[in-house]
Amino acid sequence: MKCRVCREPAIIDVPRHNANFCGPHFLDMCRRQVIKAIDDYDMMTTDDRILVAVSGGKDSLAVWDMLIDLGYQADGLYVGLGIGEYSDISGQYAQAFADERGLTLLTVSLRDEYGYDVPTATQATRRVPCSACGMSKRHIFDKAAIDGNYTVLVTGHNLDDEAAVLYGNTLRWELEYLARQLPVLPARNGFPKKVKPLVRLSEREMAAWCVVRGIDYLVEECPIAAGNKHLGFKEALNKIEADSPGTKTAFYLNFVEKVAPLFASFALGDDVTLQPCTRCGSPTTAEVCAFCNLVEKSAAHEPVPVELITGRGRRR
Amino acid sequence: MKVLLRNPRRELEIDGPRRVHALLAQLNLNRESHLVIRNGTLVASDDLLDADDTVEIRPVISGGA
Repeated sequence: MKCRVCREPAIIDVPRHNANFCGPHFLDMCRRQVIKAIDDYDMMTTDDRILVAVSGGKDSLAVWDMLIDLGYQADGLYVGLGIGEYSDISGQYAQAFADERGLTLLTVSLRDEYGYDVPTATQATRRVPCSACGMSKRHIFDKAAIDGNYTVLVTGHNLDDEAAVLYGNTLRWELEYLARQLPVLPARNGFPKKVKPLVRLSEREMAAWCVVRGIDYLVEECPIAAGNKHLGFKEALNKIEADSPGTKTAFYLNFVEKVAPLFASFALGDDVTLQPCTRCGSPTTAEVCAFCNLVEKSAAHEPVPVELITGRGRRR
Repeated sequence: MKVLLRNPRRELEIDGPRRVHALLAQLNLNRESHLVIRNGTLVASDDLLDADDTVEIRPVISGGA
């Protein structure tokens, strides 16, 4: 196989572009896709103060690396979720990435600062693990962005993430969620502007970016995410993609361009009255926000080891 | 060749030489969900892997919502 650009030996085939690339030209392709996403959706400028939500996995480290590479000012924020050894190691990857590049990584520990961890919250609230985790991360990332005067919050959601969520929301015709599933959510009512620069790049391409750039990341899967419904949706979409390259791209990007505007009226918008949570001050429709309710139940619960969630004692 | 797989981490011995796409097909692995790495370098799907190579097949799909 030869690189489409220079005819040197290729290191990766990208079937959705019907193209093969050498290392340097693969990186160029990824940069072009990120620049196009940033420009098309008016995500940010080099004047913005950017906070990147960093997990220690490939996507968040890749997007942080790309933004710095493209000349943006970006700090990272890592949330220690307390998912046993998995969290310990993921934090080490995030810190090593920042240290090697002289970047600023802020850290928040759920256990140290809020008195709980994700396994305990899962048990205490009887939520699906990814739900308790996602709610915790969203609150902490939003709060850190607002408190730190960052103008943009970046997440590493890639094309596969967005296509899988879109697939799930479409199967259930979740109109409110469909209306909000966009690459940019503008700042409003005390929430920061949130952007997803990787929506034009696949999960495989992000892993390849890290390999080519020499970025060490946590390859192992989160032990309590195993078997979640989004992984099933990704697997289903990848079976289709293998037979029909470009399907995921068309599914998501055509949704954003052609379909999402039709659902705009279903979005929870300006007609919803938000008020400050009486405990933490974050915007909420209730007196006490969902995060503070989760903290109250979880912090009062005895610590739950991750093995109880991943093993036979798992409660959903 | 020696093949390192992840999630769970394990090693297999596979006869070679064979092409990357044939190796993935033999293991029933989707090319969209995996990268193949030899000596720290990616290898494209048409590349030939030798009998004495050591390769990693790295899953790229991560969960969470």
